[in-house]
Amino acid sequence: MKKLMLGNEAAARGLYEAGCAFVSSYPGTPSTEITEAAAKYPEIYAEWAPNEKVAMEAAFGASLAGRRSFCGMKHVGLNVAADPLFTIAYTGVNGGMVIAVADDAGMHSSQNEQDSRHYARAAKLPMLEPSDSAEALAFTKLAYDLSEQFDTPVMLKMCTRIAHSQSVVETGQRVEPDAKPYEKNPGKYIMMPGNAKRRHPVVEERLRKLTEWAETASINRIEPGSSHKMGIITSSTSYQYVKEACGDTYPVLKLGMVWPLPEKKILDFAKSVSMLVVVEELDAFIEDHCRNLGLACVGKAHFPRVDELSQNEVAAELSQAFPAGVKLGGDIPPRPPVMCAGCPHRGLFYTLAKNKLTVLGDIGCYTLGAVAPLGAMDTTICMGASVSGLHGFNKAMGGESEGRTVAVIGDSTFMHSGVTGLINTAYNESHSTVIILDNSITGMTGHQQNPTTGFNLKGDPCAKIDLESLCRAVGIRRVRVVDPYDLAACDAAVKEELAADEPSVIISRRPCALLKYVKHPGPVHADPDKCVGCKSCMKVGCPAISIRDGKAVIDSTLCTGCGVCTQLCKPNALGGKEE
Amino acid sequence: METKNIMIVGVGGQGTLLASKLLGRLLLDKGFDVKVSEVHGMSQRGGSVVTYVRWGEKVYSPIAGKGQADVILSFELLEAARWTEHLRPGGKIITNTQQINPMPVITEAAAYPDNLVEKMRGAGIDLDAIDALSLAREAGSSKAVNIVLMGRLSRWFDFTETEWLDAVRQSVPEKFVEMNERAFRLGRGA
Repeated sequence: MKKLMLGNEAAARGLYEAGCAFVSSYPGTPSTEITEAAAKYPEIYAEWAPNEKVAMEAAFGASLAGRRSFCGMKHVGLNVAADPLFTIAYTGVNGGMVIAVADDAGMHSSQNEQDSRHYARAAKLPMLEPSDSAEALAFTKLAYDLSEQFDTPVMLKMCTRIAHSQSVVETGQRVEPDAKPYEKNPGKYIMMPGNAKRRHPVVEERLRKLTEWAETASINRIEPGSSHKMGIITSSTSYQYVKEACGDTYPVLKLGMVWPLPEKKILDFAKSVSMLVVVEELDAFIEDHCRNLGLACVGKAHFPRVDELSQNEVAAELSQAFPAGVKLGGDIPPRPPVMCAGCPHRGLFYTLAKNKLTVLGDIGCYTLGAVAPLGAMDTTICMGASVSGLHGFNKAMGGESEGRTVAVIGDSTFMHSGVTGLINTAYNESHSTVIILDNSITGMTGHQQNPTTGFNLKGDPCAKIDLESLCRAVGIRRVRVVDPYDLAACDAAVKEELAADEPSVIISRRPCALLKYVKHPGPVHADPDKCVGCKSCMKVGCPAISIRDGKAVIDSTLCTGCGVCTQLCKPNALGGKEE
Repeated sequence: METKNIMIVGVGGQGTLLASKLLGRLLLDKGFDVKVSEVHGMSQRGGSVVTYVRWGEKVYSPIAGKGQADVILSFELLEAARWTEHLRPGGKIITNTQQINPMPVITEAAAYPDNLVEKMRGAGIDLDAIDALSLAREAGSSKAVNIVLMGRLSRWFDFTETEWLDAVRQSVPEKFVEMNERAFRLGRGA
């Protein structure tokens, strides 16, 4: 049956059809929906792990137990899971194991733009790269066959435009492979030096065999062209841009496997054309390999290493540029993302801004506390870096910073890798103040459960990690909870904990305003007769408040009635219900 | 046939995703090859959002670049103005006249441009501007802006109203079907 599916949903369908039995992932845009969609198949056990390293190790365990397993993550998540990645490359698998990594060229929702293909080369693992949803499904199934045939984890590389584009797929039936028996095999699975030394040559030999396989694999195909003026090597979404821009004019070597590369096939293809062109997003990965093979080729001299490509860039270089439409004169103000109206983070960030604190930030919706008018953030690096960074900052600066610097980290991010930083804070004792922004959900990636919410990925009730007890257990004695809608309470908590001569944790607790179960009082009323136009309410950066003709106006389609602005309105012009 | 392109633009949270899914499903049912790109993650949080719906005999790229959109369906006036360069010669912009201030305007770092409808028409753009928010409220909910605009967009296609309404029914929760049917008809007729 023909269906429109997101690339991520199609990959999940591939998991289902391949008989995958076990999925463990941590959410991250643009990878999240693979695991969410997989969880909808009752035949697949699926879970959110606290982080990508745990997810990959759990998936390895399921493979060891003889079942087909999967873990999925975004590019930066693979950095977290890189430790197991490089060593399960040595052990190989028992049941087939597939690792999906989704890159975010263009940084639609990421802190950097790394090219994950380098991991496949560095860890010596095969990597498949689909170019639409149909391939996402087919390549996921193929990845399991390769994994078991070559005794290796197989990487499936997605990117934003494949993961988050719907295209047509035809679905098939699930196969139910028998679990492979688990047999103790220390030489294969205990990677201490003596054994690992014997495994490394196995890995090199496996890569040689995979290169041979790649030479004749149908997923590395040559599409003929009418002109041999040039030949284009490409893959993934870049392939689609090439076909859109050039049609069938030039021959195309379309790579479905981007590591290891089919060297003989590339050399033969290069011989058949007058000029070799490589079109790929981000780094010159294929291009560099072509040069290593001694080939002259055109690539990053013409195409950018930054941002995502489109058919427009390809057309401008290789065929005829598309003429742009009319550009309007005058400034069009940008519309950056903002904290939602009613967001519980707002009150807390207002408090930090008001007290002019230095704020080490982290990864989540609350990174938006960095933008005007709140501007209450100094750093954002990676998951967990706020807590550990604050410790180093305070140790280096001492009392000078301890009284005016905080870390902010979300509940899910804290479980991911904040808790280890907090352990360091307690163990090596910096008088740091860590604020956990507990909105009872993993917000930015679209409301995933996590170990603090009391529900699992399938939506069933489960163990709920108690943040207060956890913080106390690692050695923090000062742990307190505040309601971020209560500005006076936030201010008191922040001032008191900063003044304390020991590490402390403030849990700013209120569920995300977008959660379905959260009931809002409804929009507040702005009384133009009482409003003096002081703009105090504008300091919280709420998208529901604006000034018109010198008076505050509330957008009743957005306002939830959280009441943060009403606490700042001295003349009581904001309050009550919209009439 | 040549690949056709619709860009759906708006502000995160306005329901552009549902609109692009509805359109994609309808076009697939009509036998076309279809690609629909979506936006997830940070840009959804009140930011400028863009989805693309492309269809034809064989569609390659999931996105449409500058000069390629046959129609830009905009959920907010400033967003229509932002993407005019993506319109192909002879293309059409259908826009909601609702104005939602972006944060730089709220903080008075920038001003919301005046007379955008006139400016776009003055630049030679074929512009269809409707007050979709009022029509959505008339239908029963301000949240039905997306379906009002789908109704407006439906005039550009030669599919029947019945086919469209079937697609609407498949895309919205059952308890909101009647309200959304009203919204669709108001948009189509407005």
